[in-house]
Amino acid sequence: MIEKALKGSPRYFGTLFVLLVVLGIGAGFYLYQLNQGLVITGLSRDVSWGFYIAQFTYMVGVAASAVMLVLPYYFHHYKAFSKMIIMGEFLAIAAVIMCLGFIVIDIGQPQRMLNVLLNSTPNSVLFWDMVVLNGYLILNVVIGWTSLMAYWKRVSPPTWVKPLVYLSVVWAFSIHTVTAFLYAGLPGRHYWLTAILAARFLSSAFCSGPALLLLLTLLLKRVTSFDPGREAIKTLSTIITYAMCVNVFFFLLEVFTAFYSNMPGHMDPLVFLFSGYEGHTYMTPFMWTAAFLGIGSLVMLIPYKWRYTPEILVPALVMLVIGTWLDKGMGLIVAGFTPNPFERVTEYMPTGPEMMIALMIYALGGVVLTILWKIALEVRKEVEGTL
Amino acid sequence: MNSSRRDFLKLAGISAVAVSAGTLGFLGQGANAADALPPVAADFKAPITAKRWAMVVDSAKFNDALLQKCADACHSYHNVPSIGSNKEIKWFWSDDFDATFPTERPAHLSEEMEHRKFPLLCNHCANPPCVRVCPTKATFKREDGLVMMDYHRCIGCRYCMAGCPFGARSFNFQDPAPFIKNVNPLFPHRTRGVVEKCTFCVEQLAKGEQPLCVQASDGALLFGDLEDANSSVRKALKEKYAIRRKPDAGTEPGVFYIL
Repeated sequence: MIEKALKGSPRYFGTLFVLLVVLGIGAGFYLYQLNQGLVITGLSRDVSWGFYIAQFTYMVGVAASAVMLVLPYYFHHYKAFSKMIIMGEFLAIAAVIMCLGFIVIDIGQPQRMLNVLLNSTPNSVLFWDMVVLNGYLILNVVIGWTSLMAYWKRVSPPTWVKPLVYLSVVWAFSIHTVTAFLYAGLPGRHYWLTAILAARFLSSAFCSGPALLLLLTLLLKRVTSFDPGREAIKTLSTIITYAMCVNVFFFLLEVFTAFYSNMPGHMDPLVFLFSGYEGHTYMTPFMWTAAFLGIGSLVMLIPYKWRYTPEILVPALVMLVIGTWLDKGMGLIVAGFTPNPFERVTEYMPTGPEMMIALMIYALGGVVLTILWKIALEVRKEVEGTL
Repeated sequence: MNSSRRDFLKLAGISAVAVSAGTLGFLGQGANAADALPPVAADFKAPITAKRWAMVVDSAKFNDALLQKCADACHSYHNVPSIGSNKEIKWFWSDDFDATFPTERPAHLSEEMEHRKFPLLCNHCANPPCVRVCPTKATFKREDGLVMMDYHRCIGCRYCMAGCPFGARSFNFQDPAPFIKNVNPLFPHRTRGVVEKCTFCVEQLAKGEQPLCVQASDGALLFGDLEDANSSVRKALKEKYAIRRKPDAGTEPGVFYIL
């Protein structure tokens, strides 16, 4: 099946070429980081995780979101998703690979990475995150590849795939729950120290991930003749809308608890994010943009007539993806470290090299996704005679 | 025996004589200094031990000069680099009441307290979150309560820095060597990409000495066994009211501050 990736239009190879160029440029910056250390990033003693870990967190959400297709399709036999399902599983594979990549570029001694296996430490959530992410990668590779192979051979998938699919549904929830536990169990980080963090992560994942998938699929619809089907688009956009409502609701729960209780530790990070803390207002433009984009997307998505109009759906999804990305990819990590343990503020902004290295991982994900989707589409074309 | 082998042995013999007669000049001055030779068994007194090591800070006795003296004693021996940016490495440093005890939410402090500076270092907690989160056991707690680091196992994930509620941990964002003025050959300096922190001078305890900051503190820092009712720290705590940083974090710090 892999040979399907080797033949394609100039546009396909052009896309891969551009992605590989970006990856190559990013790799140059990564060599610079390997040579100099994380000194080339904007990280500091006080804000010791930043852009890399934030992208990791966002991508775990994208990976987990495949379950929003898998669950209705396998548990409720919702056949409208039959064309989309493989796209979702392959996006999950690309997303998990990016997650692992973001971890690797973040650690100070990547050549010692396997110490996590050699000295496995079950009391560390990072150990479990490694287990669930790699497990999810293997599950999706096995399920996705086997199902596609069976489809290509025009036979039903082997019976052992079904239990793995059911396992992958539960597993998808576990990856983002465990990722939330990375943060939610730390005694000194008020913004993260909340029982609802895992629920917030899941709700933001279940809107942003499918939104990204839908946008990419609609892009595919434009550049190829692949059509996920009107019904599938409608249902997925409804799922996205509900998940985004839950996401905003969960955030407002945080706001209530922090400000009605009037506990300084709970209020400080929110104050820092939305109005600035002791004169440090550098995060406020990002967060208010996120807020307006989030609410704006809901205004456009909730009325079903608007939601089902592609000219409104697409910008709404773009707004939703950017809004949730700002919330998770910019605000979440920095606010966990601000104010610092001394109730002071050290400002953090990713540096140019830092963003280029992150871009390398995104390009890597892009390469993986392009190849996998190409294979899926070619197989479909061969089996059905059309996309 | 062929000629080349005989030549080699001759040369080796001459070299051995030359080395034992002379000095190893190429190792530089530092390696020749008597005080820099690796310690031998006779140099060690018996180690001092405890059930749980703890420190009491008599904060009123500190002024800027004494704080600097303690920090210098620690940093110069342990090869702590001075980088001077927000990527700084700190084992022993100081700050005011607000920063030291932020959860006290101080208001209307006495003028003297307002300006007092408090020494800050790793608390060697009984329930250390840094140990709990470390994915490789590179940071671990010893039986005697010392929270330690294995710099050769650390992968530099910095989870411990996120876990520590006291900001006691520093990461080597770059090679520290250029930022160490005089390298102490008795103590290894760290490498790029690992986390480090105060060790309660485990190497001093092993040779029967008190931690270096305690030795430099003119009695303002007390160090002893928290489980021993007759230890200096327990006696001090019996006499004077002392608090710990962020008790709500549940970590049970081992550093007590007499106000």
